[in-house]
Amino acid sequence: MSAIAAPDRVAAHLNRGGRWRPFEIAFWLAIVALIFALPSRALLINEILLAGLFALSLDLVLGYAGIVSLGQAAFFGTGAYAAGIIATLGVAEPLIGLVLASVIAGLLGLITAPLLLRGSDLTRLMVTLGVALLLGELANRNEWITGGADGLSLAAKPVLGLFPIDFTGQRNASLYSLAVLFALFVAARRLVQSPFGLSVRALKENPLRANALGVSAARRLIAIYGIAAAYAGASGALVAQTTGLVSLDVFDFHRSADVMLMLIIGGPGYLYGGLIGAAFFIALKDGVASATPEYWEFWIGLPLVVLVLVGRERIGGFIARWARRAALLAMRGAA
Amino acid sequence: MLTILFDGVAYGMLLFVLACGLSVTLGLMNFVNLAHGAFAMAGGYAAAILINRYGVPFLATLPVAFAFAAFIGVALERSLYRRLYGASHLDQVLFTIGLVFMAMPIANYFLGDQPQPVRVPAFLSGRFEIAGIGVGVYRLFVIAVCGAIAGGLQAFLIGTRFGAQLRAAVDDRRVASGLGVNVDRLFAVTFAIGSGLAGLGGALAADMVGGVDPSFPVKFMVSFLIVVAIGGSNGIVGSLLGALLLGILDVAGKYYVPSIGAFIIYAVMIATLIVRPQGLFSRGGR
Repeated sequence: MSAIAAPDRVAAHLNRGGRWRPFEIAFWLAIVALIFALPSRALLINEILLAGLFALSLDLVLGYAGIVSLGQAAFFGTGAYAAGIIATLGVAEPLIGLVLASVIAGLLGLITAPLLLRGSDLTRLMVTLGVALLLGELANRNEWITGGADGLSLAAKPVLGLFPIDFTGQRNASLYSLAVLFALFVAARRLVQSPFGLSVRALKENPLRANALGVSAARRLIAIYGIAAAYAGASGALVAQTTGLVSLDVFDFHRSADVMLMLIIGGPGYLYGGLIGAAFFIALKDGVASATPEYWEFWIGLPLVVLVLVGRERIGGFIARWARRAALLAMRGAA
Repeated sequence: MLTILFDGVAYGMLLFVLACGLSVTLGLMNFVNLAHGAFAMAGGYAAAILINRYGVPFLATLPVAFAFAAFIGVALERSLYRRLYGASHLDQVLFTIGLVFMAMPIANYFLGDQPQPVRVPAFLSGRFEIAGIGVGVYRLFVIAVCGAIAGGLQAFLIGTRFGAQLRAAVDDRRVASGLGVNVDRLFAVTFAIGSGLAGLGGALAADMVGGVDPSFPVKFMVSFLIVVAIGGSNGIVGSLLGALLLGILDVAGKYYVPSIGAFIIYAVMIATLIVRPQGLFSRGGR
């Protein structure tokens, strides 16, 4: 093996990873089927899809770049408020609002990313948390534009002027969310399979060695953080558009904590982790909350503690394998 | 003006007692304990129940609050926390968030979601004026108690063998244990004291923050983290200064510029972390 062949080998490796596997195709088809099969649960499915997009954004930050963030809600909330404010300013088309909102959130990510380049995990954790709290306080105090504690209600116009996504069109809303999620997922998939994605992972695994190989940390981390922020912003914007409401809790600590739990349940570091985790988390929360509305947090906290004590890798890997097998079986059944 | 300073100092002292345990946890074991506020809640509830249901005098409930929180702390430390000392920060964060998520519904289930008041006796309430400064008697009491605790802790750390071992272990855990310091036991004791102080702080704070309720751990988690972030994670003096700074800034900010509210303290925290990631009052890089 000569050194000259290395780029070819890398390219071959990346291309191999970039191929679509059958279970992936089955996974996405299954979601479309679910949306049409369960019209009464359209709201729940929509919630899962958007939480999945949010978890995907954290996966880019935590799973791929290794930044422990407790403040991903900062960008989620920014996207939600941006979409809300854009809609109240009279921009009717939701797609324009969505794109603008995620660009704004992404820019905010690029601006705040340099804050994360210094210090330890703990520093990063507190800085990300602090940014989210700061923005929440800003939204709380600037009532003239955010509506303060009353929140902001927006009436989203039909997408492309054709498909209403408000409460009369819940299926449209989940299809809209799914379309955006899928497009962004494909982009993220392409991103992590690219040389750029590979170098970000290298930085996570061994920063010192990556630096010695000539991979500069700062610009890559800023870039991936900005991209992830745009993803979070898109999910926030979609939540705002499909529920028609933005309130202060979009910046809550709970949001950041919940999305981290989703990602951990599904397993960070591979793109489906966030989606599977979100489905699991929201379904669990929905089930438990209808049984014990006041105490559902307990039943989220307990498995989490057990999960960490037993070992995340073990259980996370088990769920991932199980999900993959279920997807395979579903596909065989369909064929 | 001075009244605000006084109130700020009282609040800062309180934050110090609440948060100093956390700064030791972080400094000694490098353990991210987001559930620290749950111990404060436990102490606050212990005091509230003793006063409201059994008519125990306020002052007598304070040691109980300390002991109760310390007991829970040491029980959890020995059974669960110690398994995660070597784990990644992410695992520690997840584990302690899980604990918080469990603590809040447990409190809600047994005690309801209404804030439980901790009533302060008559001789500690009211306020008087010295040279134009409005002095709340209870705040004066809090300053005195917390000041005594801070002084006591400092003397304990500087003057006793245990304190010397603790400082050695914070500076370099491996060398300390190599020299025969039982870091494991040291940490269990320290964790108990830290949790106990949080419990005591919770009991003391209840009156000033409108009672103890199940959301206590989350509400104050941020303040604790800010204290540690500003103060640095080693040394009593650093934590105390950090807590005082935070207390004064918070009270003054809410009074003078209510339009931006808590914005100031968050901004100060982020600025501190950027300029000095080890904390404003800590000794250089670690």
